[in-house]
Amino acid sequence: MDQIQNPKSKIPNERISLREIFLTFLVIGATSFGGGVVAYLRAALVTKKGWLDDEGFLAALEISQALPGLNATNMSVIVGDRLRGLPGAAAGFLGMTLPGALIVFTLGFFYAAHSGDPLINSALKGVGAASVGLLLAVTLQIGHKQLEERLDVALVALTLLLVSFLHVPLLYVLLTVGPLAVFLYRPRPPSKQPPADLPAPSSKLP
Amino acid sequence: MKELHLLGVFALLSILAIGGGTAVLPEMKSLTVGTEQWLTDAQFRDIYAIGQLAPGPNMLMVIVIGYHVAGLSGALIAFAAFFLPACAIAIATSRVWDHFEGSPWRLAIQRGMAPIVIGLMLAGTLAIARTAIVGEKSQICLAFAAVVFIAIYFGKKINPAILILAAGVAGCLLLQ
Repeated sequence: MDQIQNPKSKIPNERISLREIFLTFLVIGATSFGGGVVAYLRAALVTKKGWLDDEGFLAALEISQALPGLNATNMSVIVGDRLRGLPGAAAGFLGMTLPGALIVFTLGFFYAAHSGDPLINSALKGVGAASVGLLLAVTLQIGHKQLEERLDVALVALTLLLVSFLHVPLLYVLLTVGPLAVFLYRPRPPSKQPPADLPAPSSKLP
Repeated sequence: MKELHLLGVFALLSILAIGGGTAVLPEMKSLTVGTEQWLTDAQFRDIYAIGQLAPGPNMLMVIVIGYHVAGLSGALIAFAAFFLPACAIAIATSRVWDHFEGSPWRLAIQRGMAPIVIGLMLAGTLAIARTAIVGEKSQICLAFAAVVFIAIYFGKKINPAILILAAGVAGCLLLQ
């Protein structure tokens, strides 16, 4: 298993230890707050460690965002897997989740024991209200591009209507609006792309 | 029995969590508060707030829901069920993803799903707002949300953790 070499990675040849993967993600997991994990990931994985170049980072992020799951954990397993296979993925995942999980569990334990305490309740009310502002800001920062084109706005509004106001189960929303949106953005015949199975050039055109 | 329900609910949420944790919040609330009746609206808000106090992935709140439902084993089951299926899908897809390099459909999927994710994130924001901005002090709560929104959206370099902690302290003073 020491010979695992992922052919599609552009990672330096020297082997990165599981311990280093774990510790790197442990630092990210212990310091990233408030949904801004992408910036922390980029700083650690691209700038500091050089495990990925910008292109590789964006490719991994693209997968993380297109699939179910959180960016933070998806990135930790994808990067861990590319560096060291499944053990690397496990090391990345544990590092990423362990600090927060221990803190959340401790707080949750404390909350269960003092759930009637008015001081704790009012503190959590304040945090809950503040996170609404945080969520909205993060959503609009990510989505400002989507809110410029009419078709996108319509899809955003349709999704919001179905989930928040008509309370349609998420599975049905994804199975109906998803294919509809992909169909609306389907590849058009005039702009034919080169066949997909051509070997990818080492430096993509911008 | 409860453990089995936890496993089912959070594994389903894991697979449905396209667009990340915020996007799945409405469904999580509808399943845990509505269908299963494990939590009240206020407990859901409190547990979400607890999740915000910890670093790392922002849906670690599932641990607290699991603990609330079935103790320590519930916490572990909710954690594993919510994170592992999505991680397995991510690893599997990442290994085959490069084969679709340049496929126009890959682009169409990304392009089409982007607005849906934003719609789901807005729905998630609304789901939390409906539990967090309520009651007789709802106007103060709304002011909290507005201040944080303005600070994060317009002031680029503010650490959200500081605002979240400040809101906890301010909550003790103003929301009792």
